[in-house]
Amino acid sequence: MTLALVDIESGNLRSVENALRAAGAADVTVTADPDIIARAERIVLPGVGAFGACAANLRAVDGLEQALAERVLRGGAPFLGICVGMQLMAETGEEMGTHHGLAWIRGRVARLTPSDPTAKVPHMGWNDVTPLAPHPLLAAGEAYFLHSYAFTGEHILAQTDHAGPVAAAIGRDNLLGVQFHPEKSQRYGLALLEQFLVWRP
Amino acid sequence: MTVRARVIPCLDVANGRVVKGVNFVDLKDAGDPVEQARAYDAAGADELCFLDITASHEGRDTILDVVRRTASVCFMPLTVGGGVRTADDARALLLAGADKVAVNSAAVARPEVVSDIAERFGSQCCVASVDARRSGDRWEVFTHGGRRATGIDAVAHALRLAELGAGELLVTSMDRDGTRDGYDLALIRAIADRTSVPVVASGGVGNLAHLVAGVTEGHASAVLAASIFHFGEATIAGAHEALAAAGVPVRAPIA
Repeated sequence: MTLALVDIESGNLRSVENALRAAGAADVTVTADPDIIARAERIVLPGVGAFGACAANLRAVDGLEQALAERVLRGGAPFLGICVGMQLMAETGEEMGTHHGLAWIRGRVARLTPSDPTAKVPHMGWNDVTPLAPHPLLAAGEAYFLHSYAFTGEHILAQTDHAGPVAAAIGRDNLLGVQFHPEKSQRYGLALLEQFLVWRP
Repeated sequence: MTVRARVIPCLDVANGRVVKGVNFVDLKDAGDPVEQARAYDAAGADELCFLDITASHEGRDTILDVVRRTASVCFMPLTVGGGVRTADDARALLLAGADKVAVNSAAVARPEVVSDIAERFGSQCCVASVDARRSGDRWEVFTHGGRRATGIDAVAHALRLAELGAGELLVTSMDRDGTRDGYDLALIRAIADRTSVPVVASGGVGNLAHLVAGVTEGHASAVLAASIFHFGEATIAGAHEALAAAGVPVRAPIA
């Protein structure tokens, strides 16, 4: 059975594919085809850039959003969202207007406004991933972040610190979303992807 | 802790070959940028930067192949600069596997190229690169490797590019570049203190203390260097140790 790497024309698509293969994924299909996603064993949704553009690309493919929801929410397929792919799990994103997400996790994605002016935006670079409770895919460690918007809401699984707590991972059941880039986080990131490939939530 | 200061080795690449490369032992082909990238990946570099200095237009596709091959074996952030004129140039590099694209001369001629890139692909992947020389009590933007003056105020130019959507500013002192006398800290600080986006210090590193000063005195979020790493005078681990000793947050050593 196949791992569907959802193609919403994200700039990091190829890097995520490379990293999944390096982590041991034998059967990766880069696709936006709802029929393939409806049968996928595991699903990865990468995204970089603006929330609204990513959401629009996802909805530009007829039946894609429905196929994702069917396979992930009702079929229980393990799901990993990366960066904006994670943010899309929220109800709304407020980057250049307000946009609807998949609404799989209650919460919203809003611009980072660190209280300390020396904390730069974008939040760019290596920072802590601090799990709030034990999770099979989330180890405490350092990962690469690159984002100007962040999730606030329910089901936060791990945090980082950028002049205050910032959601580093969200999820529940068979859903996991990571704000950081496992495909760019060297050993830490490859280890997470290896765990995802054998995850049986 | 908070976000770590980044140590970024920069490789000059011409026609798909490393021009100023590191003398890592055990490299089969020290002129191959992919091998160099792998070595820096293994050494724990926080990011990598390729600067494409290919002169001819025909040679430009070679950098895409280099980026593609690097991204298939290196799982670290990669910035690519040199010769990026349009959002389509940026797109080709991003699709090949670059995470960030640095635009320099094109943004002098037409600053809006920065917003073109940021609007299509996001600010997070758009690096504005500014080459500057001191001119009295200010700094002036130079192009063509520091040879051509533009009359443009470098600090104002950098701040404008950040407003247009650049997610990072790569600031190089052309007075210091190649001198090994250290960064132009006043230049770096003049920009870093007046923008909300991260600034990468560049140009003039001769020892590890210069890297530390880039962060502690220049207020840079990241420090870029070429020759001290390439000639084996310093290691990435050594750079992290020096920064940590000065109280700057860095990544944990590789186990």
